[in-house]
Amino acid sequence: MNRILVFVDNDRGIVSPSALEALTPARALADSLGAALELVTVGDRGRAALEPVGPSGYVISHPVLSDYAPEAYGEALAQLVSDKAFSVVLSLGDDRGAEVMAHLAAVLDQPLVANVTEIVDTEGPHGSWEVIRVRWGGSLLERARVRSSLKLLTIAPHTFCAPEADGEAGRFTTFVPEIPDSLARTRVVERVKLAEGLTLATAPVVVSGGRGVGSAENFAVLEELADLLGGVVGCSRVATNNGWRPHSDQVGQTGTRIAPDLYIACGISGAVQHWVGCMASKQILAINTDPEAPLVTKADYAVIGDLHEILGAVIAEIKART
Amino acid sequence: MNILVCVKRVPAPGARIVLTDDSQDIDTRHLGFTTSPHEECAVEAAVQLKERHGGTTTVLTLGPPDAVEQLRYSVSVGADRVVLVPADSTEWDPQATASALVEAIEDLEGGSPFDLILFGNESADSGGYQVGIRVARALGRPVISGLKGIEIDGDQMVGRRETDEGFEVYRLPLPAVAAAKEGITLPRYPTLPGRLKSRRPELLQDPAEMKAGGPEQVSLLKPAEEVTETVILGHGADAAPGVVRLLEEVGLL
Repeated sequence: MNRILVFVDNDRGIVSPSALEALTPARALADSLGAALELVTVGDRGRAALEPVGPSGYVISHPVLSDYAPEAYGEALAQLVSDKAFSVVLSLGDDRGAEVMAHLAAVLDQPLVANVTEIVDTEGPHGSWEVIRVRWGGSLLERARVRSSLKLLTIAPHTFCAPEADGEAGRFTTFVPEIPDSLARTRVVERVKLAEGLTLATAPVVVSGGRGVGSAENFAVLEELADLLGGVVGCSRVATNNGWRPHSDQVGQTGTRIAPDLYIACGISGAVQHWVGCMASKQILAINTDPEAPLVTKADYAVIGDLHEILGAVIAEIKART
Repeated sequence: MNILVCVKRVPAPGARIVLTDDSQDIDTRHLGFTTSPHEECAVEAAVQLKERHGGTTTVLTLGPPDAVEQLRYSVSVGADRVVLVPADSTEWDPQATASALVEAIEDLEGGSPFDLILFGNESADSGGYQVGIRVARALGRPVISGLKGIEIDGDQMVGRRETDEGFEVYRLPLPAVAAAKEGITLPRYPTLPGRLKSRRPELLQDPAEMKAGGPEQVSLLKPAEEVTETVILGHGADAAPGVVRLLEEVGLL
């Protein structure tokens, strides 16, 4: 009998909506395997956030787990998985999910399959599974076979929609692991608040610039448009490497993955590493002198020409309306 | 402050990735190779820490003989010692990689541990997000991933990790392990003296043997390409009214 566990992170009692994305494939898996599905979160403050998600599961409680502490989280989860004989553990593959699952896999010395987009087959030889996972940040996929009896998977972010809460309060049991105090050595000790309001990850529109912008000063026109539209400025890796923008503005595989209503890419040709960071945008407008640039051919809308001239005209047009 | 950085040689693809005919690998005939970006920044972070606190920077890679190219580059940007653990050119799974690295690290340390071992958060190509954590666990050292800032404060490593609002701070007792993200530093360009120095021979170790782990690659495939009919809104400044109409449709104006 398969037992499926879904790890749902909470940050000081708050469960982000995306953290529940892994629940969607987990439910489909539970249905197809006829398996029990349970949730787990760490720290007592997570209980109130998880109960509405239901139907049942565990809240792991221990003084060391008073705040995010990946080493201790991994240890605690390993004890729960062994104690309750779970055969499948899923989590969203965001920063924390990926980290906690890696600790869990390391403690149990089991393979971990990162960023799965599809569970293709659960009836392979000797209980093996076939899954599809993300490589190259999403520009390539891998068909992989998992032979271990315990299946540890993270689910690629932005792949599934989080399910709606069904309104029924779930039944959550407290699980108290044995954790040495020394594992508090990797716990959050301080938080520093920087950004108030909009960030690259949350802005409805991102005005982004690449090589074609030409200099740090030339980003002023992108800033102006972003301000007018209530958005923020982003950039490509070229702009970061040239020192035109801080890395925190970088959109892409090794920067931020964004999903705004509109992505305006100015003078960005669109290497795969950039594309995977912006492909979740609802609409993409590319502004480029080269009509054959990869990002132009992949965009929903494009304007061909000099970005400074075009942005200047767009800003003038917007100002003329008000 | 003796620091070890573990790096991976990866292809440097541009706009398109082409697969080999058997779908087992990406076709690298027309591609250059590079150090995985997070790790390139980790090397820079290690060199900066060494410049501030003294000590040495060692760069270690598990990879094919050609990976000496990435090690030479590491020397040209400030690494003192580079080590190749020769392996075949197949993709090693994370468990096998970690156990070979642990063996190599224990060899290099000979009982006196590196103060800090840095990894990239995940490799650009296979993206497993786990090798550094597995190595740290095996060595019994504290580890934190996803760092965008790193400092040494006495016998502690202070790490900063970005969140939506700002950053979280971690303090790990040394010796410690950390995985860095691109942006932790801006890598420097190689210097001429560095390049000259980088001609010296690399230290080679016995080839590593791949241990069974998982998962196992069956094949690679390209995601279904969405065919986009790009609507050209116009050329040059004349396109401005069309752009403004789009902004209205999206609800931004």
